[in-house]
Amino acid sequence: MSNSKILANGVDVYYGSKQALFGISMDIKEKEVTALIGPSGCGKSTFLRCINRMNDLIEICKVSGSIKVDNEEIISEKTDVVSLRSKIGMVFQKPNPFPKSIFDNVAYGPTIHGLVDSKNELEEIVHSSLKKAGLFDEVKDRLNEPGTSLSGGQQQRLCIARAIAVNPEIILMDEPCSALDPIATAIIEELIDELRLNYTIVIVTHSMQQAARVSQKTSFFHLGELIETGDTKKIFTNPDNSKTQDYITGRFG
Amino acid sequence: MFFWSLVLIAVGIFSSFIYGRSRIKLNSKKQGTKSKSLPNYYAQYVLMWCLFPALIVYFSWAIFQEQIIQNIVISNFEFIEGAAYNEGLLLAEIRNVANNPSFADGKSVEIINAASQYSSLRQISQIAFYLSIIIIMLLGALYASRKLKPEFHAQHAIERYIQYILIFCSSVAIFTTIGIVFSLIFESLRFFAEVSIFEFLFSTEWYPFIPIREGQTAAEGSFGAVPIFAGTFLVMVVAMCVAAPLGLLTAIYLAEYASQRVRKIVKPLLEILAGIPTIVYGFFAFVSVAPFVKAFGQSIGIDASPTSALAAGMVMGVMIIPFISSLSDDVINSVPQSLREGSFGIGANKAETIKKVILPAALPGIVGAFLLAISRAIGETMIVVVAAGTAPNLTGNPFENVTTVTVQIVVALIGDQEFDNPRTLSAFALGLVLFVITLFLNIIALQIVKRYRERYE
Repeated sequence: MSNSKILANGVDVYYGSKQALFGISMDIKEKEVTALIGPSGCGKSTFLRCINRMNDLIEICKVSGSIKVDNEEIISEKTDVVSLRSKIGMVFQKPNPFPKSIFDNVAYGPTIHGLVDSKNELEEIVHSSLKKAGLFDEVKDRLNEPGTSLSGGQQQRLCIARAIAVNPEIILMDEPCSALDPIATAIIEELIDELRLNYTIVIVTHSMQQAARVSQKTSFFHLGELIETGDTKKIFTNPDNSKTQDYITGRFG
Repeated sequence: MFFWSLVLIAVGIFSSFIYGRSRIKLNSKKQGTKSKSLPNYYAQYVLMWCLFPALIVYFSWAIFQEQIIQNIVISNFEFIEGAAYNEGLLLAEIRNVANNPSFADGKSVEIINAASQYSSLRQISQIAFYLSIIIIMLLGALYASRKLKPEFHAQHAIERYIQYILIFCSSVAIFTTIGIVFSLIFESLRFFAEVSIFEFLFSTEWYPFIPIREGQTAAEGSFGAVPIFAGTFLVMVVAMCVAAPLGLLTAIYLAEYASQRVRKIVKPLLEILAGIPTIVYGFFAFVSVAPFVKAFGQSIGIDASPTSALAAGMVMGVMIIPFISSLSDDVINSVPQSLREGSFGIGANKAETIKKVILPAALPGIVGAFLLAISRAIGETMIVVVAAGTAPNLTGNPFENVTTVTVQIVVALIGDQEFDNPRTLSAFALGLVLFVITLFLNIIALQIVKRYRERYE
């Protein structure tokens, strides 16, 4: 049994006066892929964005409760959000490369965090990150071209490279394949499987097949509540809750 | 006369509408079939055939009547051999006498005769005018009423006419622009016939005074526009030095830092700055800023003149702040939120995100905003007329007074002058250059903004 990486306890989220999450408690293990599934608007993305405090960007969003990352409370005024986010990379639904060159996209994180002292070192990090994201061979001859010139799947892998360039411990993925075609999706899924060896991954997905393929743990959200969480195999074959059963068999959602 | 004719036309179109509506109902009842379009479309069809011919008659009368009457009067005028006549003065005299018989005292018989002919022609024209309006409206209604059959697609016809009307409206603006350009070009050609284009563009001496009478001992005028363009440029640079940082930083604050509430209040307030009449800025510059600039100049040992490029430029800068801040704010706002999230997600703070991600992404749009502001600055007139001075002065010192293209145009055109000497004509050449510069700036700015838009939508 591996250790807890993220420990959520009684997390409530309000958008203005509307409550979006109701007392979520969850234990996310180290170096595993945890999939969050559930119908649209069930709060799975909202929960994901609590983990790296991305909800701070939304003025009306209020988070309460407790989330501990490596036993450190992060839902607190005192949390150093910048260092938290450098420890937790994030990949978004739509590939969002910066309007910069491929190289500069990946170099962005290491540069702003001062992780490198020399140009060679930076180059090394960029290359190794691109390799880890399985993109290096495709782009090694055109690192100076804009990141937006790549295809959708390549852009998403560029965003993954960008996230792992700052050497995070956790990677959050918010429906990373929903804008991609099946081939690009397969490549990303393979990549997630490899990344699991070094990173703790939390992935929000709409595709139950994808959750079944890439994750070890699955959590089912419904109407802002965590209905059931457990081993992926168990959730998809023999769930405890009838709502989970209904959802995975396609009776609603 | 023209008021009552408008009433006449209004009555005409009203009755044509009623007529068309009832006529089509009657016709379709008679044939026992339903009309292809709703009755209102037939009514509108008749109305249009009534209105537009009448409007054409109306406007051609308004434009040509006076000219034709004058030509007839002049051609019948019994010129006295050997006397010198000025046609314009003569006509004015005839008109005066015709409008006000008490002026007839002491005028020559020829003029009194011409005046009475003038008045009678006007009366005839007026009657003919009313008659032709009535006839043309009746003809139009008659033509249209022949189409008032149930099988006629009145709606299609109406839609076609509406399209013509829309095309006409948009072409008015375009043709006006073309007309302005041509009048600029032709008057400029007259100017360049007297002053060489090389002197105008490259000589540094602007002394646009020419002898009014022959043999007058005034200096020959010289028309080197370089100091004027230099002055324009200097004022523009000062204005941009004020407006670019203030406007851009305001935009960044509004788009990235301000809460929704603050933004809702501050943005309209800034836009009010753009609505202040420029003459108000002008006297603000002259009364408040210029003395301050002069005092400041003296305190640091520079002899500043009471009107200066600095005073005018600074106030102009304040004036164009809203152009830059408002446009840049829009551009920064349209940078996709996903880029911000991407940057924050890596652990960048706000300043890094703005400097390294948002501004580069918004740069083309911001450049576009700057160019629009620049073209506004060099075309601005009232502030510089009041606060920059009129002396052509080739200098880079913003404490001195300079003059700008727009100021020189004003100076050249005020006063009672015929457009027959290089001094007044120079206004058109200056205007042409100004127009070309702002045109290019606008085209470049719009291109940049457009290319930027394409990237994210």
